[in-house]
Amino acid sequence: MIRFLIRRIGQSLVLLVLVSMIGFALLHLTPGGPLSQFALTPGMSAATLAQISHAMGLDRPLPIQYLDWAGHLLRGDWGRSYRDQQPVLDIIVSHLWATLELMGSSSLLAIIFGTWVGVLGAIRRYSIADYLATIGAMIGLSIPTFWFGLVMIYIFSVWLGWLPSGDMYASGHASFIDYLRHLILPCLVLTLVTIATWSRYMRASMLDVISQDYIRTARAKGLRRRAVLVRHALRNALLPMITIAGLQLPTLLGGALVTETVFTWPGMGRLFLDSIGYRDYPVVMGLLMFSALLVLIGNLIADLLYSIADPRIRLS
Amino acid sequence: MSDVLTVTDLAVRFTGEGGIVDAVEGVSFALKERETLAIVGESSSGKSVTALALMRLLGGPPNCVVRGQVTLRRQDGERLELLSLPEARMASIRGRDIGMIFQEPMTSLNPVQRVGAQIAEGLHAHERLSARAASDRAVSLLGHVGIPEPALRARAYPHQLSGGMRQRAMIAMALACRPRVLIADEPTTALDVTIQAQILELIRALQKETGMSVIFITHNLGVVAEVADRVLVMYAGQVVEDAPVATLLGRPLMPYSAGLIASVPRLDDVRRRGGRLAAIPGNVPDPRARPAGCTFHPRCAHARPDPCEAARPALEAAAPDHAVRCARWREIAA
Repeated sequence: MIRFLIRRIGQSLVLLVLVSMIGFALLHLTPGGPLSQFALTPGMSAATLAQISHAMGLDRPLPIQYLDWAGHLLRGDWGRSYRDQQPVLDIIVSHLWATLELMGSSSLLAIIFGTWVGVLGAIRRYSIADYLATIGAMIGLSIPTFWFGLVMIYIFSVWLGWLPSGDMYASGHASFIDYLRHLILPCLVLTLVTIATWSRYMRASMLDVISQDYIRTARAKGLRRRAVLVRHALRNALLPMITIAGLQLPTLLGGALVTETVFTWPGMGRLFLDSIGYRDYPVVMGLLMFSALLVLIGNLIADLLYSIADPRIRLS
Repeated sequence: MSDVLTVTDLAVRFTGEGGIVDAVEGVSFALKERETLAIVGESSSGKSVTALALMRLLGGPPNCVVRGQVTLRRQDGERLELLSLPEARMASIRGRDIGMIFQEPMTSLNPVQRVGAQIAEGLHAHERLSARAASDRAVSLLGHVGIPEPALRARAYPHQLSGGMRQRAMIAMALACRPRVLIADEPTTALDVTIQAQILELIRALQKETGMSVIFITHNLGVVAEVADRVLVMYAGQVVEDAPVATLLGRPLMPYSAGLIASVPRLDDVRRRGGRLAAIPGNVPDPRARPAGCTFHPRCAHARPDPCEAARPALEAAAPDHAVRCARWREIAA
């Protein structure tokens, strides 16, 4: 167990280093730099630009810049934003909660409903409900998130006028109800997309389990249908879903990025996109590392939970 | 002795993408009190499907249709028609009046539940027992089926037990509520030979103790000789011979039964005949295209175009307790 943890953490560190190197290289390869926005400012000369560039250390060779950044990171210094000189970590943390609220609420809903839809599809296989769920999942998986979000805004905000089209709070009055009204649409979009995936996996897992011998044994013991389904089938079918949930994390982060942008939700996804627009290298790198860390920790937790939930698994 | 379980004209039809399969056709038999009835046959002869149909453990319509009558006589004399009971009522029969054990004890136990809990669960379903009392009973049941240190084993997960121990735990589970009928579907097939004998001995001892009746499904005639009072031989979904064990093994009337007995490997035969094993030529017919007439005639040395290919023979009484499905049994016996 301890050895497993040490090995996994070691692997994660290597991965983080690789992610940071690739991210850093790609970021600096993208055309335009942090200074390109100043290039068109009236009265800006090439000499001044070079001077600023030198002051920011951007004229040094890329490996040197990387080592400089990584060295600071190791000492706990995530750098400062080019835009407003705020510490990167502060900026990320201030946007973190908005994303976690969106991801948390939509994941919770998606897991509850996705499990339900998947189980229903498995135990009533080839029924009308199963076909509808299959078609629904196909639609949910194939329509682009941003388009779906725009349609939702069109229907519920523009056409019906029921819900706000973006942001987290209406300016002026920031009540909890108001917050919920803002949360509904982005949460709905993210939930429906996640339900689609989750219910498919759940259906397959459940189908696999209900054809197992021990389900027949449970019925032969005289257990009622519901007891067999919940205590024997569902419990076993949920085991692989722990791993799936871990693997879904990056997708969820990506989905949140698009959804946050469409609904101008002030989370990490939107911060990421804005920062890329400004070529705000420290913030982009900080977000990249933060997301990678989140995914690695999520997967580690999933593996640990699996070993607790399934007595056959021994971590080594 | 009176009948505990009466099966009349049991038929099971599966409808799938591959077409219609009549897995079981017109199976009738009666199980007496304290009797051990062995159902013997090759793979896909319909013996396991028969057992699952009795327990109503097959999938439901439209893919699987079960017809016929299965009558259970309960302890208090009440007669129940199992195939027409509502599912919830049938669930209260399973495990309490009829227990069942299966071939593969590894996959037949829930891998993520402790063995003791799996036994207690059945007790809990049928008897108003506190959780504590049920788990205490589970431990004593484990001890009763010969598991050493039962309190420790009750807390183990199935993968932590050996194959023989798992099957003992399955038996403890099936017999937890003292059913009047135990259906054992190839309970020793997946076990080592030495363990096989122990499990057979255990079932026999428990049967003597509780007075239950046993339906023992197997393809192993050695096991049949050891445990059975009466034998039902099945071929291609039908009963082809039904006789007391001594009669069947000593003087089988149906050529298929004779063939099965002849193909049991025996050490002295192997030496005498230079290692050649007797076998029934050919294979069990595809259930979607069974031959017209007697289903066994393409593999039968005694087959004649008339009567064997003309019509499917009926199950005839050759003696009061001996039935055979063969058009030529009189000539063959003569």
